[in-house]
Parts: sequence; C-alpha cells; structure tokens
Amino acid sequence: MTAERKEFRWIGKRPVRPDGVDKVTGRAQFSADFNMPGQLIGKVLRSPHAHARIKSIDTSKAKALAGVKAVITGADFPSLPDEWVGAGRVEGNFKYFSENIIARDKVLYEGHTVAAVAAVSAAIAEEALSLIKVDYEVLPHVIDPVEAMAPDAPLLHEKMITRGMKTPPTKPSNVAKWAEFLMGDPVEGFKKADVIVERSYTTKAVHQGYIEPHAVAASTSADGQTVVWCSSQGQYQVRTWVSKIVGLPLSSIRVIPAEIGGGFGGKLIPYLEPLAVRMSRLTNRPVKITMSREDVFRATGPTSGAAMKIKVGATKDGKIVAAEGEFIFQAGAYPGSPFMNGLMCSFAPYAIPNVRTWGYDVVTNRPKAAAYRAPGSPIAAYAVESALDELAKKLNIHPVDLRLKNAIVEGTPSYFGPKFGSVGFVETLEALKKHPNYNIPLGPNQGRGFASGFWFNGGGESCATVNINDDGTASVIEGNPDIGGSRASMAIMAAEVLGIDYDKVRPIVGDTASLGFNHVTGGSRVTFATGMAVVRAAEDAVREMKERAAMLWDISPDAVTWEDGFARPAGDNAGKHEPLSLKQIAGQAAKTGGPICGHASLNAQAPGPGLGSHMVDVEVDPETGHVKILRYTASQDVGRAIHPSYVEGQMQGGVAQGIGWALNEEYIYDKNGRLENPGFLDYRMPVCSDLPFIDTIMIEKPVPSHPFGVRGVGEVPIVPPMAAVANAIHSAIGKRLTSLPMSPPKVRAAIDGDA
Amino acid sequence: MKAQQYEAPDSIDKAVALLAAAKGQARVLAGGTDLLIQMRVGRLSADTIVDIKCIAELRKISREDGGFKIGAAVSGAEADEHAELVAHWPGVVEGWELIGSTQIQGRATLAGNLCNASPAADGVPALIAAGAQVTIVGPNGSRKVPVEAIPTGPGRNSLAKGEFVTYFHLPKRPPHSSDAYLRLIPRTEMDIAVVGCAVNLTLDAGGTCTAASVALGAVAPTVVKVPDGAKALIGTKLDAAALDKLAAAASAACKPIDDKRGTVVYRTKIAGVLARRAALIAYERARKRA
Repeated sequence: MTAERKEFRWIGKRPVRPDGVDKVTGRAQFSADFNMPGQLIGKVLRSPHAHARIKSIDTSKAKALAGVKAVITGADFPSLPDEWVGAGRVEGNFKYFSENIIARDKVLYEGHTVAAVAAVSAAIAEEALSLIKVDYEVLPHVIDPVEAMAPDAPLLHEKMITRGMKTPPTKPSNVAKWAEFLMGDPVEGFKKADVIVERSYTTKAVHQGYIEPHAVAASTSADGQTVVWCSSQGQYQVRTWVSKIVGLPLSSIRVIPAEIGGGFGGKLIPYLEPLAVRMSRLTNRPVKITMSREDVFRATGPTSGAAMKIKVGATKDGKIVAAEGEFIFQAGAYPGSPFMNGLMCSFAPYAIPNVRTWGYDVVTNRPKAAAYRAPGSPIAAYAVESALDELAKKLNIHPVDLRLKNAIVEGTPSYFGPKFGSVGFVETLEALKKHPNYNIPLGPNQGRGFASGFWFNGGGESCATVNINDDGTASVIEGNPDIGGSRASMAIMAAEVLGIDYDKVRPIVGDTASLGFNHVTGGSRVTFATGMAVVRAAEDAVREMKERAAMLWDISPDAVTWEDGFARPAGDNAGKHEPLSLKQIAGQAAKTGGPICGHASLNAQAPGPGLGSHMVDVEVDPETGHVKILRYTASQDVGRAIHPSYVEGQMQGGVAQGIGWALNEEYIYDKNGRLENPGFLDYRMPVCSDLPFIDTIMIEKPVPSHPFGVRGVGEVPIVPPMAAVANAIHSAIGKRLTSLPMSPPKVRAAIDGDA
Repeated sequence: MKAQQYEAPDSIDKAVALLAAAKGQARVLAGGTDLLIQMRVGRLSADTIVDIKCIAELRKISREDGGFKIGAAVSGAEADEHAELVAHWPGVVEGWELIGSTQIQGRATLAGNLCNASPAADGVPALIAAGAQVTIVGPNGSRKVPVEAIPTGPGRNSLAKGEFVTYFHLPKRPPHSSDAYLRLIPRTEMDIAVVGCAVNLTLDAGGTCTAASVALGAVAPTVVKVPDGAKALIGTKLDAAALDKLAAAASAACKPIDDKRGTVVYRTKIAGVLARRAALIAYERARKRA
C-alpha cells in the first residue's frame, strides 16, 4: 500500500461483486438458460472426417420428418469475398470465418459443421440429423504443422498462396502467412557472444476449457427483426458476425449478452449464432442450440500447437547480445494462428540489440485456432524462457539476475514497434527476490524454476452511460460482458468519481441497442478502456450536477466544486451556500433541466503492457515421472488494482491454466485425424488437488494514460508458467523437457534418458 | 438417451423375472454411473432398465463364514463407513473409493465397476488379489464364480442374458493379513488408472510373508495376476531383493497397449513401481494386524 493509496475511498477495496449473489445461488442467466414459448431445438451435423470433399448433401428425408421446421447447409449462407480486414496481428477474413461456421465444398476437420436442423423437440432434431445423407470423398489429412509444411502434404486450401513474403511463392501450400521482425544484426551480434544456447521446442494444442459450453437462442419476428441471447466476449462482435455471415443489416439484429461461464478468448467469436439466426429467420420461431462438451472440444478453438527454434547469445557478464527465434504455429483449418504475437512477445521483455524472429501460420486438419489468454505469447515464452534458463545456468548467473541484467525499462526500444512506455518488469523480479518463498530450502527431487512473460494489453473503443437516480443512487451501463469481475471494478471507479458509496452504484452490461459500439472483452482491455469510459461518463455526470447546483444557487458553474458526493461553492467569492448532495441535486432534476445522465465514448490509447515474473517449486517422483507443484509465486505489474481480489484471481487463474498446459493438457488425435480426448476425463485440466495455493505479488506502477493508472492484468499471468515449471523440473532432475505437456511418461522417459 | 421402460423391483426374484420377460435390450442399473453416461453419449442403448437399488438385501454388507458378503447395490461411500470391512480389506475399499468423485461415490457400486469391464477399473484388482467370489443370479438359478471370471475383455463380460451379480464374497482373513491398492494417474484425482496394482499379503508372527497375491489393472484387456511376483514375496520380509523380483515380475506380466492414457514402455515400468509400493503398504498394514 502506497501513501497515495489513502487518497482513494473505494479504489483498492474489496467489496462484494454486484453479480455475485445471483451466481452463487444459481439464479444468474447463462446462455443455455434462455427458453421461449414456441421454441425450436436446433442440432448440428458435424463431419466425422478430418478432411473430405462434400460431393452432395441430401436433406430431403430430414425435411420430410414430422416436426422438422428447418434444415440448412452451407448453401443457405452467402459466399463472402476472400479479403482481409484489420491489420497485422489482429486481421481476419470473413470468408474463412463463414466457412468455419458451416462447411461449403470441403470439411477440414472432424467436428466441422455440415448442416443444422431445427425441430419441435431435441429427439426429432437428432433423428433428422441421422436422416441427412452426406456423400463424402475422404481425402488425406495432416494434423502436425511441420508435416503440413512438407512439399507433398495434403493441401487444405488448394489455391492458398503464402502471404507476407517479399517474393510470393508460385505454388500453393499450407503455409498461410509468413512474417518477420528484425532489429540490428543478429549474425554480427552472435559473434560477440561468449555463450550461445540453441534449442528446439514443441507445444501441443490446448483448449481454453471454459466451463460453460456455447449456447444460443435466437428469435426473429415477422418484420425481420432478430434478437439473439447468448454468452460471448462481445455482443457487438456477435452482431457483426451474424450480420456478415447471414447477410443482414446490423440494425435488424439485437444481441442481449447472457452471463458468461468463462471465455479466456474462446468466446470472442461465435459458432452457433449464425446457424440459429438463419433457422429462426426461416421459421419465424425462436431457435435454441447448445453444444455438448464433445462439440466444444471438437469444433471450437483451442490455441495453437507449435514448433520453435530459439538461439540466444550472451557475453560472460550476462548481457544478451543477440537472439533469434523461428515459430511454426498450427492455425487449424483456416489461417489465423496467433503466430505474430509469438514473434513479438517472445523476446519483448528484454533489451537485446540484435533480434530476429520469423514464423509461419500453418493450416492443419484441426478446429481453427481461437484466442486463448495472451494468444501466442505463452507458447513463445515456453521456448524463450526455457532457453534463458539454460543460458543462465551456462553463465553461472542466477536466472532472476540474468533477467534483471536484460530487463526492459521505460524508453527501451522494442524490435516490433515503438519504445516501451511505463513498464514495471524490474520491480516484478526484485519482488520475487524479496519474497519468503525465494529462500525456502528444497528437498530431494525438488527444484525451483523462474520465468517471465509479456503481453501487449489492449485499449480500443468503449462507451458508457452513468444515470443518476433521484434517490441518490447511480446506474452504470457498460457494453462489455463481465468475465473477471469487471462490473465490480466499474462500480468502484464510478463510486470513486461520484463520491457516493459503492453499494449505491449498480452496474449492468447493456445489449447492442442500449449503447454505441464496444469492442470485445478481450486483450485485457476492459478495466482499462471501458473503465476509462465509465470514469469519463461519471465525470460527465458530475459536470452536469455542478451545473444544476450552479443553477439552483444562481452562480457560474465554474464556481462549483465536487467533493465527496457534494457540490460546494468553490470559495468565498462564489457566495455562501449549503453544500448540495448528489441525492439533493438528483431529487430536483426535473426542475433544473430533466434527468441527469453522464455519457462518454472513446477509443482508449496507450495501454501499459503487462509484465509478470513467476517462481515455482516442484517435486518430481523419479519413478513415476509425476510432477507435484509444491508452491507457486506470481509477481506482476498490475498498474492499479481497482479490486485487488479480482486482480489476484486473474493471476491465480492464469497460473492454474498454465500449469495444466505445462503438465497434462493436449489434443490427442488418432491416425484418422479424430480427436481421442474430447472430454474433461482425458483432456486433463488441473483439479483442485493438483494445485497449491498460488501466492501473488501485485506491483502497482500506474499507467499514465488511465485516470486511475489501470493496467490490463488478465492475460500475462498465463505466459510464464510452462517455462517456469520446465525450468523447475530441470532444477529437480537435471533434465530439460523441450516438449509440452511434461506429462509423467515424458518426465520418466527423460529421467531414463529415453527422450 | 432413450429407454422404453424403467423398473425398480424390491426383490431379487422380481428382478430376475423382469429381466427374463424383457423384450429387446434389458440392462441392470446399480449406481448408474457408467450406464447412464454411456447411454447419454449413445454408446449403449436399453429398452428396459432394471434398477436393483431398491432391493434391500443388495444394499447390505454382512459377515459370512468369518468373511464378508457385500450386496451388489452397496455404494463406495457406504463401504467406506463400514469400519470392519475397512479394517479387514483396506485395499479392496481404497480401490472402490477411487472410482469417481465424492458425488459419484454416493452411487457407484463394485458390481457396476466389475461388469462394466473396463481394463482400468479401480475396484477390480484388489478383489482378484483378495480371491473374492461373486454370486450371479439369472433365469437358471444362482451360481458362484471367482471375480476374475466376469470381465472377458474391454466392455465385455461373461454374464448370460438375464443374469446379474447379486453379492461379493470376501474370504475369512488369517491374522497378520492385509492388502493395498495403488494406481497411477497423471493428476491427483478424478482420473482413470494408467496402471493399477493390488497386493494381498499374509505374514507369520515374525513378519515373514506366508501367502501373497498380486494383480495389475490397465496393463492388459483384463486384470492380470502376477503369480511370479507373489512367489517372490513368500518366505521373505519384503527385503530389497524380493521387491526387485516382484517389480520385475510385474513388469514382465504386462501386456499393455499404447493409447491416449499411456504407452507400453511407461505402463510396463510403472507396473513394477506400483507393485513394489503397494506391497510395502500391504506389508506395513499386515504387520499391525493381530
């Protein structure tokens, strides 16, 4: 706690979240909780093949079945142009988005949607699916990204030419895109190095594992107006996608956000919504579709698996002089892996004069990769932070000190863009060294590992409304689904500005018709950007209340100040007036000009990047290869913790997911390209007993562009864990595991020297 | 998931009659923790479900000839609360208790675990190491067979149409006897055995092993007994050489496959590791039992 902290009345406190009671009592309405009179049940027919040409689809028997109201295929959706929108690492292509939602001439992965039906009951819809006859020509498939790059690999997109190369190739391939970042001269740089580490690493595809499967209800009236209820990481994003993929004006679609049971990036894009909307428009009835867990695993986005080569060189004193990295990322069936994030985040935490990173976005017969918490960065960090650990051991320098010697600070140039602004990386490392866990003695077969991580954090478009009610309370309307306690943070910031109690502020997440556009809940942007909009909207309400007080007192608004929820005359010259409370001003709003509403809309710029440093102790069972996490400490620059419990929760959640990624999670395919573990039994996320209490250290280095210094916190905590665990295993058993997951068979094989 | 008919008879005779009279596919439901899941995902179907949980005598654990008689509808949670059973057969109970979560334990039965015939069933190796038998009833009356006669391969069992398991019978224990079950899972709970191993021992008053039985799960289509491993323990106090022989015998007895849960190489190594560890636990327990 800093001295500055005491100036705040609500920021930094830990009040109960506004959505908490409904969630713990089971009352909260998630996607699958919406039901309407006359509703049809939609079911989806999915490809049993990893790669096949659709020769024909016969839906006649399904359509003829009593109770079936609609059967759709790819032919029911418009063909979209093959064009890229957005730029660089966030670009997208609606032709591919649309074909991923429902296949056209080919299916590209097991689970790819081929058709959908809507019927009066789930049983009839299921029966209708079994009556759809699809004639497939099964094609050879490819699952591994390196194999997919081979010249004779089966082509997913037969005309795809690699983008991003100075000289475009003449022949099509599965490499959708190539990119490179270069600063300085790595070839010269490596000549100055006394020690060089060069190593290859692989990671497997992992799923976000949100507990709520995707679900949607869509209803279309006779006048063509459609309402969609669904959980997502952006109701506006759902509206845009439905508009483009179904071919409808934005104004005819209203998306009402449900509570969301986890997203982690995987609910940034819709899967079912265009299907439900299309069928509700065909039938003029509500259509509800829910995914099973198997559907979620087979057909929604995991993040990429990858193959990487890292080379780092340093002088004897531990100064890194050159670094190179090659990153092959598996995109799944359509282009768009987060490989560019990998290229940028990999060496981002370090001030290295000579850096070159390059990479490939490779399509494979798997579900299309979707965003997962700091997409791309954890994968790259596993490789780079493992290599740095090896470098530190070769140099005989403590891994934390090696990082300290090379850490970026404010003003360090990045190799992919502008100089870094406010960053608290050094502080995260120094805090680890001071933590009691740093000096706990280790026993036999135990090891301690360190790793750090970087994430850009996002800003972007947000708007918010603050309505002042005549009983002295306030309603905040924001446009971002609350996936991490953001309503509590919004209420805290509004209460701080308005000068009223937290309990008097009630935040809601509005639908697409209640506010202007809001960018998604993603990129760790919400508390920063939408928080900024809420602060500005509350300030707008305060400005209005000062004007109303000025009117009542008949003085200039400039002569009114706002303090602790009261309008006061600015000084003696303003005249003697009793302070007016927010409640008193609101109660007289009718006679001073009508309802008092503050509003703000903005495009938030200059988010502060997120940096974190982690320390983990493991114990390896040398006979079984089982790795037990003994203790875990995560240190992070959090800018300003508006609600510290939810900041800690983000840190702990990211670490928990990272430990799963490190130890057991992976997509396992059989030889036919079918997923063998589409369920939580064999897709092994950690259970409670797998994890220790995760200690957190919050460093508060406020971001200058935000009124309260907020920095995005939700993503960077998942970046370091895989490397931290790998480095700890190395410390415990003297073997370096270069392939995820570090499951018991792999660890035992490493101990036996079989790997 | 569709079933045309659900029956919950209150006697064994009625259950036998219902199964005999059922048209189409009839299935017995005890805890339902495998059956209902498999029906929901479409792996199994049933025209008639006969729930045996309402048959009072199948919900009891009782003493029989110095041993135990366990009804087929007793849940894991009930077994855990039976102090006498836990004292005599801690390995049998700890295998049973590993089946599923706390909620599943409220329903899951040993009979279901056995008849589901998963090679990785946690409840089965300790029963086989114990020399347990089951009573089967059906249209032709009742018969008693060893536990290992029931599973014949993954998902397959030897029960004839209309037959079901009614009781488990655990034999009388000599003094200084005990057992243990261990499994290897990648996580710490809520998982399926990559390898499971049960060891059942009897010692003399001086602590020398006089009888032993070793059984491995998840390393072959059905549970594998390791007679060479047992032989290696008899006449020893489980010294290092005996344990090495046991581990080698356990590894040699494995006929595993590579699958999503483990490799041949790994399963073979782990069988030896678990056999050694389970034997030591059983030995410690046996020494403490008069």
